[in-house]
Amino acid sequence: MLTNQEVAEHIAEKFDGSVADFEQPYGLLTLTTTRETIIPLLAYLKDHPVYQISFLTDITGIHYPESTGKEFAVVYHIHSLVNNFRTRVKVFLGKDDLHIPTATDLYASANWMERETFDFFGILFDGHPNLTRILNIEEMDYHPMRKEYPLEDATRQDKIDALFGR
Amino acid sequence: MSEIDLISDKGQVARINQPELVEELTTLNLGPTHPATHGIFQNILQMDGEKIISGEQTIGYIHRAFEKIAERRPFYQITTLTDRMNYCSSPINNFGWHMTVEKLLGIEVPKRAQYIRVIMMELARISDHLICNGILGVDSGAFSGFLYLMEKREEIYEVYEEICGARLTTNMGRIGGMERDLTSTAIRKIKALLETLPAVLREFENLFNRNRIFMDRTINVGPITAERALSYGFTGPNLRAAGVDYDVRVMNPYSSYEDFEFDIPVGQSGDTYDRFMVRGEEMWQSLRIIEQALNNLPEGPYFADAPEYYLPPKKDVYTKMEALIYHFKIVMGEIDAPVGEVYHAVEGGNGELGFYLISDGGRAPYRLHFRRPSFIYYQAYPEMCKGVTISDAIMIMSSLNVIAGELDA
Repeated sequence: MLTNQEVAEHIAEKFDGSVADFEQPYGLLTLTTTRETIIPLLAYLKDHPVYQISFLTDITGIHYPESTGKEFAVVYHIHSLVNNFRTRVKVFLGKDDLHIPTATDLYASANWMERETFDFFGILFDGHPNLTRILNIEEMDYHPMRKEYPLEDATRQDKIDALFGR
Repeated sequence: MSEIDLISDKGQVARINQPELVEELTTLNLGPTHPATHGIFQNILQMDGEKIISGEQTIGYIHRAFEKIAERRPFYQITTLTDRMNYCSSPINNFGWHMTVEKLLGIEVPKRAQYIRVIMMELARISDHLICNGILGVDSGAFSGFLYLMEKREEIYEVYEEICGARLTTNMGRIGGMERDLTSTAIRKIKALLETLPAVLREFENLFNRNRIFMDRTINVGPITAERALSYGFTGPNLRAAGVDYDVRVMNPYSSYEDFEFDIPVGQSGDTYDRFMVRGEEMWQSLRIIEQALNNLPEGPYFADAPEYYLPPKKDVYTKMEALIYHFKIVMGEIDAPVGEVYHAVEGGNGELGFYLISDGGRAPYRLHFRRPSFIYYQAYPEMCKGVTISDAIMIMSSLNVIAGELDA
């Protein structure tokens, strides 16, 4: 059985200086890295003879409009089917530079996950074979999961939180 | 001899006074609304005669922005979004979401509720696989097997109806347990199903499993190696058909799955026949689990002690002040969840159904992402149907069990 501590120490040693913020919310090892390190890190964990974290569960994005310089996060969930060990890797990006290298060379499944993340957050995956919208229409000129697009009409007066004591 | 003009270029057979044939690919639109695609998605196929050269998929026709809508809703209202994803097995989605929230809140669900959930989830798995295998039969030209199975799916839906009042979009269970206990009618219906379903399944298997036509149509059609399947993010029966024994129920047991004894069927070649057989065997294993859960159903409460999330009984709401307050707060979504970040996965009908929930301490999720198995493995479809005929491509699609609601979310 792999422990979070063991893997975290190994990663911290191997990628010294470019990985940070090791946490384990609800038991899942979470770490943050940079856009330069993300692909080498994923490739290293995939090819590691013991860890074999070689299954890409999910890629998604998060928008934090308030945190200046780190407005967007790209979150990778990876899983070792041999050791039954999951890891979550985050990369934070500033809103002016949303480029991140693609993981499609490592995982075929990254293709649509990255297209979805591009579609909803506008993250640009460099080197992606076909970075186009996937669920929304091509003509759409904004990225709807960003927080600046509220779900409901902002001019509505009957649903103000103050009226409900919130 | 002068009027005869021999054309003999490119090493082809010389033809006399005939225009040269031009090799040209045909573009064929399969979908978006086509009865054989079982859902709204489009495939633009390049055909050479009847062989598929390449395909391009267009999806998103029923995208309903569930992830965005979820950012405005209190947790209990998100359940109704989840059962519109894989509508062939909606209870699994419902309970998967409830378990995610319970993980975030740290609620321990009583054993009885967990067992009832297992029974309902396995019934849902059976109904999902019944449809998938039945439709595969229809697509190969055999309609009768599908009709036998539909009768049994109807009985499963009657159990749903008894448990929660709905049939397709179930909204079953509550955060913290079940909405109500298993009634005697429900138990009677499940027991009747346990008795009658094996005969129907056996009849269906007799029709298909060793049927020469069916085997010719499915064996070695759309095979995928374990390596490619893993690279494409396959999970669930489709991955197991390729020979990888990954099942979330065994690897990360939830809702007391560790208490039950069942086998994980695994295929070899990952072709359409293996996917069919794996689903067929999984139904038998689900029946085993239901039988064990029903026989060992623990006594006790069917909901957790979580007054801030589990609606109080109606008679208390009318007579007790505290219950009334909680009722109001829950219904109005006034209760703030703790800050946290959770990933929880359940074994859905099609594979690992994951919920990635980020709470910032508000009444609604800050971000909710669904890991939808169909969405992830459907991208392998062009590779799987390269070089096959269009009729085989239809078979491959139905054996993958792509559900449009789950694909588009």
